[in-house]
This record gives sequence, C-alpha cells and structure tokens, in this order.
Amino acid sequence: MTEGIIHFLNILVGTVLDILPIAAILFGFQIFVLRRPLKNAKEIGVGFLMVLFGLALFLEGLDLALFPLGELMASQLTSPELLNVPTTGETVQWHHYFWVYLFAASIGFSTTIAEPSLIAVAIKANQVSAGAISQWGLRIAVAIGVAIGISLGSYRIITGTPLHWYIIAGYVVVIFQTMVAPRTIIALAYDSGGVTTSTVTVPLVAALGIGLSSNIPGRNPLIDGFGLIAFASLFPIMSVMAYAQLSEWRSR
Amino acid sequence: MNTIRRLFASLLSSFRDLLPIFIVIAFFQMVVLQQPIPNLGSLLIGTILVLFGLSLFIEGLNLGLFPLGETMAWNFARKGSLSWLLLFAFALGFGTTVAEPALIKIAEEAAKIAANGGMIDDSIEAMHEYAQGLRYTVALSVGFAIVLGVLRIVKGWPVQYLIIGGYIGVVIMTAFAPKEIIGIAYDSGGVTTSTVTVPLVTALGVGLASSIKGRNPMTDGFGLIAFASLTPMIFVMFYGIML
Repeated sequence: MTEGIIHFLNILVGTVLDILPIAAILFGFQIFVLRRPLKNAKEIGVGFLMVLFGLALFLEGLDLALFPLGELMASQLTSPELLNVPTTGETVQWHHYFWVYLFAASIGFSTTIAEPSLIAVAIKANQVSAGAISQWGLRIAVAIGVAIGISLGSYRIITGTPLHWYIIAGYVVVIFQTMVAPRTIIALAYDSGGVTTSTVTVPLVAALGIGLSSNIPGRNPLIDGFGLIAFASLFPIMSVMAYAQLSEWRSR
Repeated sequence: MNTIRRLFASLLSSFRDLLPIFIVIAFFQMVVLQQPIPNLGSLLIGTILVLFGLSLFIEGLNLGLFPLGETMAWNFARKGSLSWLLLFAFALGFGTTVAEPALIKIAEEAAKIAANGGMIDDSIEAMHEYAQGLRYTVALSVGFAIVLGVLRIVKGWPVQYLIIGGYIGVVIMTAFAPKEIIGIAYDSGGVTTSTVTVPLVTALGVGLASSIKGRNPMTDGFGLIAFASLTPMIFVMFYGIML
C-alpha cells in the first residue's frame, strides 16, 4: 500500500513539474504584462488543480492497469512462436503477421478514443462549430485514421521499406484532399494529427514498434522501431478530411 | 444532489471513453494469447483511478484551462501589442516543450542511435550533450511554430499554404538528413504536444480568432497544434545534418 502511495506521489510530482513552467508563463504574463485581474480567478485555480490531480490519477491508473499488460501483449504478439513464422532460412512474409495488424489497428483505435487531449479538442470544435461537428464523429474519425496509420506502420516495419516514401505519399494525398475538402475543416484536420499521440497512445505504440523491430530478423529496434508515431499523426488528417467530405455529400 | 448526479454522469462518460481499450486488451489476452488476465486486483484499482482521473481532468478543463486560454487571448487582443503576444506565444511553445517527459525520453533514444551509428562519440558526455541539444532544438522549433501560428491568426493567412510549405521543407530535409535520424525526426513531431498544452493552445487560438475582427474561429482558430507538430520534424533533421 505504502509503495503504491509513493508511486502515486512520484507521478504527482512529475505532473506538477510538467505543469509548473506552463503555469509560470501563464501567470507571469497575466500579472506582469496584461495586468488585468482575472474575472474568475478562483474557479480557474480550482480547475487547474483538478487538471493536475486528474492527470496524475489517470497516469497512475494507466501504469497500474493498462500499460504493463498492453506492453507485455505487444511483445508477445510479435513473437515468432505465436505467429508461427519460420525462424530460419527464408525471408519473412508480411502476411504471417495477421494478428499484429489487427492488434495495431485495435490498440490505435481504442487508445485514441481515450486520449484526453483529443477529447479536449473535440469539445472545443463542437462549441466553435455550434454543434455542426459532433464530438464523437470527430473522435471516431481520428481513431479510424490512427488505426489505419498504426497497422500500415507495422506493415512497414515488417517489410522494412523506407519510412519517408510512405510519409511523402501521405503528404501528396493530404494536399489533394486539402483542395477538395470543405474549407472550415482544414485547420481542425491538420490539428487532429498532432493531438492524437500523447499520454495513452505513445507508450503502447512505442512498445509495439520495439517489439516488432526486435523480433523480426534484420530489423534494428533503434532505427526501425521509430516511425509508428509519425503514421499515427499523419493518417488522422486524411480521415478527418474524408469525414467532413462525406458529411458534406450526405447533407446535400 | 446535483453535484453527485454530475459526478456520476462524468464518470459514466469516462467509462465509455475507456471501454474500447478494455475490450481490446481482454480480447487479445483471452482469445488470441489464451492466457488469464493477471493481477485482477491492481487492474480494478487502476481502472477506478483512470476513471476518476479522466473525469477530474475534463471538469478541470472546462473550469480552468479553457477559460484561462480564452481570457488571455481576449486580453492580449485588447492590449493590442503584437510583440508581447508573439513573445507570449514563443514562451508558451518553448516552455511547455522543453520539460516534456516524452521529449526527454525520445532525445535519449536519439543519442543512442547517433552513438551507435558513429555520428557522435560513444561516451556518456557526448550522448548527454547530443540529447540536450536535441531537446532545445525541438523546444525552439515549437516556440517558433506557435509564433508563426499566432501571426497567421492575426494576419488571417490561410493555413494550408503554410502547412504545404512545411511539407515541402520536410521532404527537402529528408533528402539531406542522415538516414538514422529520419525516424526520430518524424516521430518527434507527434510527441511534442502534451495533454496540458493542447487544450491551452487550442483555447488560445480559438480565443484570438474570435476576438479579432474578420477572423473565423473555425477556419482561423485551429491550426496551432498542426504547426507545433510539423516544425520539429524539420528542425530535428536540420540538427542531424549540422552534427
């Protein structure tokens, strides 16, 4: 029990240290530059503390419940024994890895749905668009993008093809979609690429990347393990623009 | 009574947010790996903590972070000083990134790769120096990104031209950057924006766009995060070329 409390305190201190520079900048500018009393300073202070404790509890809970199991799973699912991949001689075939793709897609989807910063952006987008963009619609669109991104990223690690060709091809698609997508969605779609990868997604996805690249002969975890996050931040841009495009067609 | 009902509602919605992960983990554990779920006790406690944590976070978001970001945006707009606003933007981008734990971790990984590939000496000092340099590079790039993004909102430039320009920058840098750094550089774009930064920066952008005449919060207010995830890619590859 005491061990658990110490662990929680560690996480709390980490969160405080993480938020401290932000708070210093905000309040510094508010007090010395803007020099305007905040209207509801007390509420804002309480809200800040709630964010702090909420985040610390959230991380503690993830550490306790999800991360160990998820990370273990990522390494077990990529092991050659489970996948029945021939370990000697012939080269690895990409289609031996069916479970990996399924795991990559479902873990990408589900962690994105739980991602607090995406929830924040969805709340804001819903308010700003006066309800035209639904919170769940946006979140599901982003989660589908991440799911596709992570499984394609796994395919890339398995086949050992160069990362930058995928990313550049993705850029071409994004630029094309930008030309045809409704103008109001563009900035939000670009943003959703960056918000998806944080607290919940990154640790599990990183574990998957390291598991895959250490279990496949010829891959170096130091080099090939990276890139999944990049996929996870590129594909939501496409899926959100596609979502907006579809909603526009449907409303016609 | 009202508070209790509200707490219950927000716990329920957190439960819905987390349900997919539990289904996925349970399915793979029991059906694919065919193993029992270990440590049921800590799993249960952890789940309760996660539920309460997420609910608190979201309540605090609406009470604290969103109003703060928007009020400050309004105040800056009323003050009317672009240089203070840009200085604030830089401080926010740099300050929130430089201490980001995910970034510190990825910088250390990058140093290992660089030492392995013979780009730097295989000593602790050299690796530490490399990691520090990388951290400051990324923090600088995020500061620059928020400045550029705020300037865009103030001037009303369309977001897509800047983003496409950034893509071209990434492609050009990729052609020249050492092969080992590309994966790290691409990933560094995604990890820079933390769970506290995102709501703040979003509220700031939307607040600015609503307080400046002729700006639309939907088309102009968003986009700051996009810049913050694009510039690190370019800056990190540049760092790789320089060393």
